[in-house]
Amino acid sequence: MTQVDRSLAEWALDEARRAGASAAEALCVSAESLAAGVRLGEVEKLKSSRERRIGLRVFVGQASATAATAEFDRDGLREFIAHTVTMARLAAADPAAGLPDPALHPKEFPDLELADSTRGMVRADEALDLARRAERAALGADPRIRNSEGAEFDSGRYEIFFANSNGFAGGYAGTSFSLGAAPIAQDENGAMQQGFWHTASRHFRNLEEPEAVGATAAKRALRRLGARKIKTTRAPVVFDPDMAASLLRSVAGAASGPSLYKGASFLLNKLGERIAAPNVTIHDDGTLKGMLGSKPFDGDGLLTSRKALVKDGVLATYLLDTYSARKLKLASTGNAARGVGDAPTASSTNLYLEPGSSTPEQIIRSVKRGLYVTELIGFGVNAVTGDYSRGAGGLWIEDGELAYPVQEITIAGNLREMFQAIEMIGDDLRWRAAVVSPTIKISEMTIAGE
Amino acid sequence: MANDLVQPEKFFLNRFGMNESAFERILGSALERKADYADLYFEHRSAEGLGLEESMVNHTSKSVAHGVGVRVCAEDRTGYAYSDEVTIDRMRMAAEAARAIADQRSGAIAPVAVGNRVARHELYALESTPLEIPLEERARLLRQIDEMARAADPRIRNVMASFAAERKLVMVVTSEGRIAADIQPLCRLNVSVIADDGKSRQAGSFGGGGRVEWKYFFENDRWREYVRHAVHQALINLDAVDAPAGEMVVVLGNGWPGILLHEAIGHGLEGDFNRKGVSAFSGRIGQRVASELCTVVDDGTIANRRGSLNVDDEGTPTSRTVLIENGVLRGYLQDRMNARLMKMAPTGNGRRESFAHSPMPRMTNTFMLAGEATPEEIIKSVKRGLYAVSFGGGQVDITNGKFVFSASEAYLIEDGQVTRPVKGATLIGDGPDVLTRVSMVGDDLALDSGIGTCGKDGQSVPVGVGLPTIRIDGITVGGTRA
Repeated sequence: MTQVDRSLAEWALDEARRAGASAAEALCVSAESLAAGVRLGEVEKLKSSRERRIGLRVFVGQASATAATAEFDRDGLREFIAHTVTMARLAAADPAAGLPDPALHPKEFPDLELADSTRGMVRADEALDLARRAERAALGADPRIRNSEGAEFDSGRYEIFFANSNGFAGGYAGTSFSLGAAPIAQDENGAMQQGFWHTASRHFRNLEEPEAVGATAAKRALRRLGARKIKTTRAPVVFDPDMAASLLRSVAGAASGPSLYKGASFLLNKLGERIAAPNVTIHDDGTLKGMLGSKPFDGDGLLTSRKALVKDGVLATYLLDTYSARKLKLASTGNAARGVGDAPTASSTNLYLEPGSSTPEQIIRSVKRGLYVTELIGFGVNAVTGDYSRGAGGLWIEDGELAYPVQEITIAGNLREMFQAIEMIGDDLRWRAAVVSPTIKISEMTIAGE
Repeated sequence: MANDLVQPEKFFLNRFGMNESAFERILGSALERKADYADLYFEHRSAEGLGLEESMVNHTSKSVAHGVGVRVCAEDRTGYAYSDEVTIDRMRMAAEAARAIADQRSGAIAPVAVGNRVARHELYALESTPLEIPLEERARLLRQIDEMARAADPRIRNVMASFAAERKLVMVVTSEGRIAADIQPLCRLNVSVIADDGKSRQAGSFGGGGRVEWKYFFENDRWREYVRHAVHQALINLDAVDAPAGEMVVVLGNGWPGILLHEAIGHGLEGDFNRKGVSAFSGRIGQRVASELCTVVDDGTIANRRGSLNVDDEGTPTSRTVLIENGVLRGYLQDRMNARLMKMAPTGNGRRESFAHSPMPRMTNTFMLAGEATPEEIIKSVKRGLYAVSFGGGQVDITNGKFVFSASEAYLIEDGQVTRPVKGATLIGDGPDVLTRVSMVGDDLALDSGIGTCGKDGQSVPVGVGLPTIRIDGITVGGTRA
């Protein structure tokens, strides 16, 4: 496929020039996927797809336009490219716009083992079997598991080819596999709680066993049964690893170039300043082999990098693509991300909080009375001010022990203060996603309930 | 193209070289095993976007996407396959992949006969869509927005404005012989601003649109209203004090705060969750779930609305469904599969994001009918509480019924008066319980301005909400001031 895409991309760049573009980029993406779902032991859904799209960005001087199409007929595509160039002529000339300095493009890039060479796409019957095993383990875990939203196995494969008119050209392939289960527990009063757990990797062999996925999902549903509301209070809050990772995502978003040059970030002008407790070091590393957020080159065709975003509590860098770097008079950090038909933006690659030395049990034991958060819902994070207020659920801690489940409460604070108040960091970092964290403890937040 | 606009069905037949006998063969192949139902969904979507930042219209984009999805349903199982290559061969391959869901071979296959054209509503027969307006004219509006916002107050430091327009042609062909086709225009204008007074920085935003023509944004000074709202929200929040924490009386303003209904009620009444018995509302039809002041409907038939459709994405004409009538739960939102399995009638709520997705029960425009109180009476009735007039997003846990929605503009009510602005805070409640606490319903029902997008199972679809001013006698407000 890549050979086909290479000649298509090069043809598209030539066409853009012929239509009057002074510079251009072409991105070809082809993907196939399979999703297989079971519910209560029976097949519930099978979904398969094949897609191929081409994305373009064309420049006429400092003015640009982006476009995407699934149209591959050369005559149709020629007309499409010409219209895109016409759109670019109508855009405003932007002094920061343009391709990266050609000297910055890598001549070669590493093989990051993004594709599983031992497995192709998982076949439907095998995918259904894996999903069935996960759900069976969940349903069999406890008689109070009485219903299920099912279990699903997904398998995907994609190829990317990217080229620009300054001579950069590169491509890579990737795979992904994931398995999730969502059993429902019910108590004697009829109240229901869902539990969800999933495993995902680029390499099939790194997935958790289906039985383990099901058992964890069941445990998570069961421990929510009987959840109650609590009185409004201020108390320490312990975030489980997945919930802690959501805090890292908020920081990465505020540290990304586009938020900063728009003035829409609470981290504006904070480079080199203390933004977190001294025990906090957050890395962004797009070069890790086989990880979900890795890629050999970014959406501008520059090498991805490894760096500390926050070093010992100090904001050490921003996350920048070429455009936002120019706006901020800085250099790109190789964090350009782009959709097929979009201009590049900046985002984290593999983002993780460096683990500490406490076990999660020690962290919980350090809390006299406080909250262990395992669920967060809603969008109550204000990136401009750092104000934070989200719906929460989890377990109440009494005298260092998980005492009872709680729900219908919120936790609130401000991200600036919350990161300064990270008191303990766990040793339990696991590579479950592109953004991961160990367990963390924040010394105090407002918990709203009754 | 002009003729295709009149007859979307012809567009697909001509463009992809299809005909009715080809549909019949492919649907017949899809049903070759023991399946109940199959359908084909053709889509062609073209979209253009313009964006302004730092007083420059420096972002322009366009996209064209087309494809076909083949679905096979057997009892409660769904097989789905799609391709962005719309050819007979590809569709046959997709039909073979999709029918794998039905495992036994069937006896005699009833032949599929296609030709029953579905009568659709005419809710958005536009003379022209904004895509036909010259790009330069669209860009000019964004520059005018920038000028107006910056001139409004010296504390406005940055303005972002965008205009997005699309035109979607769809056609559904079913194994029951129905053909439904539609042209679905949609557009949205958005304004967001950053205000800075040297001490703090705040964002404000407002937008709107629908299945409307370009002139819509100029009627009643509409685009200027958007700018005024965005600027007001940012400036008000500069002076906001910390929000209170805990349970209190909350008055929701009219219009967009109807997102409460979407999260607290709407999702929990979607047919799929109730067929599976996993919703906090499962099995509760006929029971009281709200105060008798509350009547809530979902209506996909309101002209030019963002959440409206002439036919849903399974070819069923949309309708008005009463969800709660005077406090009593009356109905669910259904697509064809869940309606069939629950032995209910489809309600025209089978929707999908694109040809790459299988349809599910989804909301259209969800709102509460007006009551009799004036908004002033409602505010005056509150000794101490929160008055929330604008919201960001919301979310719900279907199974335990807990939902949140986050205020982006809110004020304290003290002794019957709206006083200081407070910082945004998340409100959390229980779906089957929250409307039982509604003690006053205003006479000022308004629908939102046309900005809603709902996400479910990875699929986004445009929706609308609406609400009169209401008083809720207790809901948890997630501020920082304990």
